[in-house]
Amino acid sequence: MIFLSQIINGLQIGSIYALVALGYSMVYGIVKLLNFAHGDIIMVGSYVLWFGLSRLGLAPWLSVIISITVCSALGMLIEKVAYKPLRNSPKISLLITAIGVSYLLQNLSQLIFTPNPRMLPNFFPGYVSIGGAQFAVVTIVTIAVSVVIMIGLSVMVKNTKMGKAMRAVSENSDVAQLMGINVNNTISFTFALGSGLVAVASVLYCCSYSQIEPTMGSMLGIKAFVAAVLGGIGSLPGAMLGGIIIGIFESLTKAYISSQLADAVVFGILIIVLLIRPSGILGKSIREKV
Amino acid sequence: MLLEINDLNVYYGAIHAIQGVSFNVREGEILTLIGANGAGKSTILKTISGILHSRTGSVNFNGEDISGTAPYKITRKGLSYVPEGRMVFSQLTVQENLEMGGYVRNQSEIAPAIDNVYVRFPRLKERRNQIAGTLSGGEQQMLAIGRALMSDPKLLMLDEPSMGLAPILVSQIFDIIKELNESGVTILLVEQNARMALKIANRGYVLETGRIKFSDEAHNLLDNPEVIKAYLGG
Ligand SMILES: Nc1ncnc2c1ncn2[C@@H]1O[C@H](COP(=O)(O)OP(=O)(O)OP(=O)(O)O)[C@@H](O)[C@H]1O
Ligand SMILES: [Mg+2]
Repeated sequence: MIFLSQIINGLQIGSIYALVALGYSMVYGIVKLLNFAHGDIIMVGSYVLWFGLSRLGLAPWLSVIISITVCSALGMLIEKVAYKPLRNSPKISLLITAIGVSYLLQNLSQLIFTPNPRMLPNFFPGYVSIGGAQFAVVTIVTIAVSVVIMIGLSVMVKNTKMGKAMRAVSENSDVAQLMGINVNNTISFTFALGSGLVAVASVLYCCSYSQIEPTMGSMLGIKAFVAAVLGGIGSLPGAMLGGIIIGIFESLTKAYISSQLADAVVFGILIIVLLIRPSGILGKSIREKV
Repeated sequence: MLLEINDLNVYYGAIHAIQGVSFNVREGEILTLIGANGAGKSTILKTISGILHSRTGSVNFNGEDISGTAPYKITRKGLSYVPEGRMVFSQLTVQENLEMGGYVRNQSEIAPAIDNVYVRFPRLKERRNQIAGTLSGGEQQMLAIGRALMSDPKLLMLDEPSMGLAPILVSQIFDIIKELNESGVTILLVEQNARMALKIANRGYVLETGRIKFSDEAHNLLDNPEVIKAYLGG
């Protein structure tokens, strides 16, 4: 039973990594940018949530909606202001800009909210028992919400006009423009969507871990990045799988080996997988041009 | 005039690739642009479609100056372009490629437009759920043309549609181009295969290192000794 509950715990944190990793992967797919500021959106989402709840006294659902909206808008704004002007610059300039945006967000947050940790309530208190084992309601909610989002996102990317346009732009944005696709809008939409998913992840994260601080996004962001690369960057099923694998390994390491080793294990898995499959578990190896 | 090109000067950095090119395309005709490798044929098509910009001059399409307009807006005005090397979306299925071609149409127009493409290219219908990257070169060319037709263009620009195809497929592609023209689509055709292109075209322009060297009725160009010597293999 301990083992099972550790797996469930792993699924919980893994779902959060997966939601963040999806945004990493989508953005990479469409603009070939490792958006290192992506993780810091978790922090922004958490602080907006906190501000709505404890400073404005808003209802939880309203705070959640505001948090998702703010994160989506911020994601689009970052792309417009920081990345779009560099679209034809060397990739390294973009990467450095992304790291700069990450620090900017962290420092702005320290300035506005002070470096002191803040506390958030759990919207989903209580326990349920499944098959004789006790599970926190928040764990079940986190997993369920993530599964629903992942299915919804897959259906959207596969079947809707916007989803197909995203895939077309990912593959070749010049040719996508020739189809009449507004590439700038498609890219904006992708950033908004990825950042919105991060906002959802931040709500789920806050419910279980309750404490937030300005630098909280960096380690979470790195784990999600590892998840995206592990699964195969650019692949959405890969990002989901990567997140889950990392969550489970982390949880099992904490339970059976040692908490301190958990991060080392995560990076160890990444290194091993990349040695065996450089494009990640579900990543497509670069196809040669016909 | 459906398309009027006036004094194009296109640069790649310091390279002056297109040097004061002017020409026009009349409604309903097949106009071909021929020339050696590196003459600047593709550069001209990219400039018309809005991917590249000319430093001077203008591009008028259907009576409207479209120079400086974003490529996706140009497509929406009824100008469709099949780039060199086909450039199908290799990770998307045949059907999804066609849907992307019809991106600018109303939802209700897409299914009939796809059916039209399938009537013209039955091969594509058989392979509708195949990933486009796994199609043969000839099938990819048909898909690229079919995709460009999905937007119901007034003008179709084709960049070397016969490139890399077996002779039998080459003549098939030229037949298709002629049929398309007969069904009312104006065509701007760029070709290496000058003889075949001039045979189906009404008029031709010969491009040499970024300038227009000859322009005439296609049948006159076919008889022009200089053109024969330089472009039609003696
Ligand atoms: N991206 C680029 N950067 C620099 N120079 C370029 C670029 N693209 C084309 N050129 C140069 O511009 C000139 C015209 O190229 P273009 O591709 O238009 O020729 P083309 O007539 O289409 O040739 P081909 O028949 O081989 O396709 C060539 O000298 C080419 O080297
Ligand atoms: Mg060319």
